[in-house]
Amino acid sequence: MEWQFASAAEISRQLSSKQVSATEIAKYFLSRISKHNQAFNIFVHVDEELVLKQAAEIDARRARGESELGALAGVPVAIKDLLCTTDMPTTCGSRFCEKYISPYDGTVIAKMRAAGMPWMGKTNLDEFAMGGSTETSIFGAGRNPWDAQRTTGGSSGGSAACLAAGLSPLAIGTDTGGSIRQPAAFCGVSGFKPTYGRVSRYGVVAFASSLDQVGPMAHTVEDLALAMDVISGHDPLDSTSLPYAKPGYTTSLSQAPQRFRVGVVREQIESDGLNAEVKQAILKTLDVLKECGADVREVSLPHSKYWVPAYYVIAPCEASSNLSRFDGAHFGFRAEPLEGKKSKSPLVEMYSSTRAQGFGAEVKRRIMLGTYALSSGYYDAYYLKALQVRRLIRQDFDRAFEDVDILVGPTTPNTAFKIGEKVDDPVQMYLEDLYTVGANLAGLPALSVPCGRSQVGLPIGVQFQGRPLDDALVLQIGHRYQQAIGWRPTPAPLS
Amino acid sequence: MSLSPTDVERIAHLARLQLSEAELASYSVQLQAIVTFVDQLQAVDTVGVEPMVHAIELSNVLAADEVREGLSRDLALSNSPDHDDECFRVPAVLG
Amino acid sequence: MNAAPYTLVIGLEVHVQLRTKSKLFCRCSTEFGRPPNTQVCPVCLGLPGALPVLNKQAIDYAVRTGLALKSEIAKFTKWDRKNYFYPDLPKGYQTSQFDLPICSRGFLDISDSKGAFEPKRVRFIRAHLEEDAGKSMHDEVAGKADSRIDLNRAGTPLLEIVTEPDLRSPQEAKAFLTELRLLLLYLDVSDCNMQEGSLRCDANVNLHIPVDGKTVATPITEIKNLNSFRAVERALTYEAARQWDQWSNDHIAIGGRPKQTRGWDDVQGVTTLQREKEEASDYRYFPCPDLVPVTLTGADLDKARGELCELPAATRTRLVQQYELKEYDSDVIVSQGRELVDYFERAVVAGGPAKRVSSWIQQDILRLLNERQQSLTQLGFSAERLADLTKAIEAGTVDTSRGKEVFAKMLDDSALSVAAAIEALGIKAVDDSELMELCHQLLAENAKAVNEYRAGNAKALGALIGQAKKKNPNADPRKVQELCKQLIDSGAV
Ligand SMILES: [Mg+2]
Ligand SMILES: [Zn+2]
Repeated sequence: MEWQFASAAEISRQLSSKQVSATEIAKYFLSRISKHNQAFNIFVHVDEELVLKQAAEIDARRARGESELGALAGVPVAIKDLLCTTDMPTTCGSRFCEKYISPYDGTVIAKMRAAGMPWMGKTNLDEFAMGGSTETSIFGAGRNPWDAQRTTGGSSGGSAACLAAGLSPLAIGTDTGGSIRQPAAFCGVSGFKPTYGRVSRYGVVAFASSLDQVGPMAHTVEDLALAMDVISGHDPLDSTSLPYAKPGYTTSLSQAPQRFRVGVVREQIESDGLNAEVKQAILKTLDVLKECGADVREVSLPHSKYWVPAYYVIAPCEASSNLSRFDGAHFGFRAEPLEGKKSKSPLVEMYSSTRAQGFGAEVKRRIMLGTYALSSGYYDAYYLKALQVRRLIRQDFDRAFEDVDILVGPTTPNTAFKIGEKVDDPVQMYLEDLYTVGANLAGLPALSVPCGRSQVGLPIGVQFQGRPLDDALVLQIGHRYQQAIGWRPTPAPLS
Repeated sequence: MSLSPTDVERIAHLARLQLSEAELASYSVQLQAIVTFVDQLQAVDTVGVEPMVHAIELSNVLAADEVREGLSRDLALSNSPDHDDECFRVPAVLG
Repeated sequence: MNAAPYTLVIGLEVHVQLRTKSKLFCRCSTEFGRPPNTQVCPVCLGLPGALPVLNKQAIDYAVRTGLALKSEIAKFTKWDRKNYFYPDLPKGYQTSQFDLPICSRGFLDISDSKGAFEPKRVRFIRAHLEEDAGKSMHDEVAGKADSRIDLNRAGTPLLEIVTEPDLRSPQEAKAFLTELRLLLLYLDVSDCNMQEGSLRCDANVNLHIPVDGKTVATPITEIKNLNSFRAVERALTYEAARQWDQWSNDHIAIGGRPKQTRGWDDVQGVTTLQREKEEASDYRYFPCPDLVPVTLTGADLDKARGELCELPAATRTRLVQQYELKEYDSDVIVSQGRELVDYFERAVVAGGPAKRVSSWIQQDILRLLNERQQSLTQLGFSAERLADLTKAIEAGTVDTSRGKEVFAKMLDDSALSVAAAIEALGIKAVDDSELMELCHQLLAENAKAVNEYRAGNAKALGALIGQAKKKNPNADPRKVQELCKQLIDSGAV
């Protein structure tokens, strides 16, 4: 049997009816990985022994007839290398953490461990999740399975690409400004950024704490719901974790309302930057949704042109502080003192050379940007201002959601760009987040699902955004859309 | 706002990032471009707008004062670039 | 005080370690003195991915302290990051409170029972919560200078209390700290152990010098490393003189030189320059995105206010009013701490006469505690036994001097009652006729002393006491002496 594009739900059914064993599934994907990983630079760490051990445990438990095995027991998952794991390195794509092994498991990892999901390995990403192309990783650029000359998007590029290449049926990503949704769109897979606080951030290496959110990536929305049932929920170890009972994402999946109001953001659909093919695909999606009971109307988010500028103040400010701990004193990389150089303070010398050598260019740029925006004399003009604009952005959404239940629009202005195309032009790269950062600033749930392909065959993604806490509704409507188009994951050509 | 190489030097020192002359020059140009870009924000009227620090409105997230087991010392020191049996070691704090 | 040619102006920053069991943002133990790096976890090690969760007890302690200091308690308070690199600060920032401290303003009144300075009110600017840093220890091995870092203390809750520059002398500063410490002990929010660092003090100092009818201020210095009350007093005395000398030499006023941080060297007895804040450290404070705000309602504060214990100042007044103690005596008992006040009051409730109980406590109990370095409980002499003993003395069953023997006997055997001790020591009341006979005997046998007394040496009869004690150990020496005088003065002898 060929499993490479089987949904997690399908694998789960086959596992529970004992048509296949977790070990067979794990071996199948391991062989896919050994065949295709190198060409696309997807996994930065794979531990065959560990995967097989985890799979064997599940098989043994199933053989014993254990009743509490969850739906995803034995279904492999790939993990963005930003989540702390005790049994594999957590590199964050950085020289700084090349050899770092976390002494603790993060909450999401612990939940997946308890659910019996074997991990295929850790996936490539932009260094510390800072980037939109998986090019800033020390392991080298990830390559898009649809076109190896193009980027996977980022920062969760490895997690998106591993699905597109059929190397794992499920993946975990993180999304600070679009880092799940944009690579999902570029790679033709589904990705979900939950409402801020739905999934614990404990054990996720922080980029920008008030924007970071963990989420699943998969072939189908149904799989996203299955994964959300495992990874979400209140966590007392995360003060920003929402203290609410989690909805049954999978059980409620088919309960989308018969009629719902869809908003199309005028500033997005009419923007000059929007690629015509992407626009066509979105309009087609809206037609499908109308058939599914959508009442489509235009809405305005007047401050949407300030999303990216506000984001590129707030995220670097938080990052500059979050990344201060990477200083060579207690863990990770430490630079050797320069030969013959006598410094006034060996300590300052150690800090400065360690951080200069430990971080890549994009990370340094953002640290400096954030340091600047927080520094005395600039705080009010940049950081405080951006926080005020953030409030206005949230108010725009609140107003729009008075008239509609969900916003539908493009995930990205364009399809996947070429490797190296934007890497030296930070501002151009930042504009890739044009449509995604709003959900992070406002804390909304947002989903990207494939909605067609360009003439040259590159995937296009449509984004669904809901009110805060409307995660289940967003997934329901995304699911209904996939049912309406009879969605089946198409294999990437792997050329 | 304009960002001089002196500003970049000051920022790099605050952030403990050693920059070469060439890096100083290229970062000055790039950071200036980004700063010019984010300067768009100055056009927004934000008089009386409450800053929004968190994406969600929670307060009083509190834990009971109960001691829990932490990490063993070996594990705590395990990722350290330099340590002895008991402590992390760093270049002299005063010197 | 001799008139100095200047006014010394002092403001204090006091870091109080709150006595929570676990740390401010993680659940590691705060116990002092454990082996290095054995009370750490991902959070206080600042490991990637770890997140803070606030300890509720720390908020309760801060509120309690703020209420006792008559501060305004913030209804909304939040957490900010203070960013700087230092190896005892593993995250690269300290989580603290910047613009919305949990307590603002407030005051504490101080006075000196010996009148060394006028009673005064010391005002507070603020008190805020923050996490402590770890400890760095300098180490030189094999010609290589290193620092060793222990993070056991990293993350322990501190309440940083900042005063207005209201203090005017080293004595006032010491008195203020003493009173603040007492208050914190009454509130039971801190161990206040300066040796263990649970109470730490920095002082901001300068001089106001009258020059040509105007006042000139000298540059402010911040003095660190004040590890005892004595150090505070000595360092401030030293620093005042140093600043005066410096000003006399260079006449540089405030603003003419950057603020200095000076460390107190207790061995040399000097302050030494640590750093000049010329680059004005830019801490880039901003709200911590990992922590959410704390809100307190009026009801929360009313509840906390209702639970507040009696504060030292109120206890001092009450002991004077309720038990008719002298102010000085009340102060001695209250200043020893709440445990001793309770002990005193339990003894009085058990029937001990207040004034006698008070003086026994001050003269005997405190002396012993001091000598033996013991606590009241360790001493093993209950308030009820003290009540019985002082009652017996008051009733004349035993005189004060034999009372001390009874006390010693009872200390040796914690089961022994006063009555049993009296009996064991063979103490019996001596009746008047017995005493009269004894005195006649004494005077008859000591003609020389009698003559000296008659010649005007009032103390001559003192020599008879020892003999009296030998003849009858139960004879009250005071009564013997009085009776002898009466016998001679009345011409009966
Ligand atoms: Mg402080
Ligand atoms: Zn801890």
